[in-house]
Amino acid sequence: MKGFKPTIVAFCCHYCAYAAADLAGSLRLEYPSSIRIVEVPCSGRVEEELILHAFAEGADGVLVAGCLEGDCHFQKGNVRARKRVEYLRQLLTDIGLEPERLAMYNLSSAMGKRFAEIAREMTEKVAGLGPSPLRKGVEEA
Amino acid sequence: MIVAKPKPLSFLAEQLRPYRKIAVVGCETCMAVCLAGGEKETRRLSQALELERRVKGGASLLAIPLTVKRQCEYEYLELLGETLKEVEAAVSLGCGVGVQYLVTAFPELWVIPGLDTLLVGGPTALGVWEEYCRLCGECLLHLTGGVCPLTRCAKGLLNGPCGGASEGRCEVNPEVPCAWLLIYDRLRRFGKEDLLRHIAPPKNWRLAQGRGPRRLVKEEVRE
Ligand code: SF4
Ligand code: SF4
Repeated sequence: MKGFKPTIVAFCCHYCAYAAADLAGSLRLEYPSSIRIVEVPCSGRVEEELILHAFAEGADGVLVAGCLEGDCHFQKGNVRARKRVEYLRQLLTDIGLEPERLAMYNLSSAMGKRFAEIAREMTEKVAGLGPSPLRKGVEEA
Repeated sequence: MIVAKPKPLSFLAEQLRPYRKIAVVGCETCMAVCLAGGEKETRRLSQALELERRVKGGASLLAIPLTVKRQCEYEYLELLGETLKEVEAAVSLGCGVGVQYLVTAFPELWVIPGLDTLLVGGPTALGVWEEYCRLCGECLLHLTGGVCPLTRCAKGLLNGPCGGASEGRCEVNPEVPCAWLLIYDRLRRFGKEDLLRHIAPPKNWRLAQGRGPRRLVKEEVRE
């Protein structure tokens, strides 16, 4: 869709992705304004319900960003988050949404550039899919 | 505990097509422990059903998540009366017992099972549940060192082993240890190998199958 600007909710772990986004800011790296960051204490905090809620409220895409595998501050939060994302991608398919609207990324707090890259990558992918069919109900309400 | 697994979302969505306001009723006991119908799963399924309806179109759906301590007791179900009066149908996330109790407690309510009830067993690792008892009605674990051959031997042999095990694994399903080897190890550890010489007579399956539903009565507490 031409001129479509998606809304992407990014659940970012305090110890890595959130700091990386901060760094991207200080480095004045540009990344799309479609990304709405929600800081979480660990990617493992992001429960299925939270992700479904973001879609219910009209998000076109959701990304969960946690520490590099093996580096989770709480040991296994990011591994659990990845499994949950996998599970939810199947559930999204059953609901009738494209599973590509949801993605998991791993990065460290030093990876400001990577954060900007992820933001662009996700925005392009979701823009290609077009608006979420759930957006309609939200805008009308 | 009883172990169950969720039915596919598409099945439930189809069953619910005619309705606009439903309840999803979870059970905080066995079904919470096997992660099939506790509070979380009940809320998640309600969300998913609403979203499915919004994506597929048609009249909007309101799915109200409710959970009770145990769906197999009327005292707990009574607490749902007010809310259930307002819905057109319900999905039960209890085991097969829970579904039927819900039906009996609320005869006016159309109830759909949200789970497939699988087995009586327990968690053996995070995310894994295994069967331990077939509810045979006459436990013989004292003869087998506390390992149930009816359940854990693929052939359900009362007089084993069959001789087909290899490297301690069952020839029917190599993922499963040979139950009779486990039995032998246990008996040997306690110096009770002689129990293996005992030939078990045919089992009385009437105790397991019954004539119609089996029933337990405790006269000393019955009113
Ligand atoms: S309804 Fe079924 S799952 Fe719930 S407590 Fe009773 S037996 Fe367990
Ligand atoms: S012997 Fe019967 S009651 Fe005992 S564990 Fe096996 S199936 Fe259950």
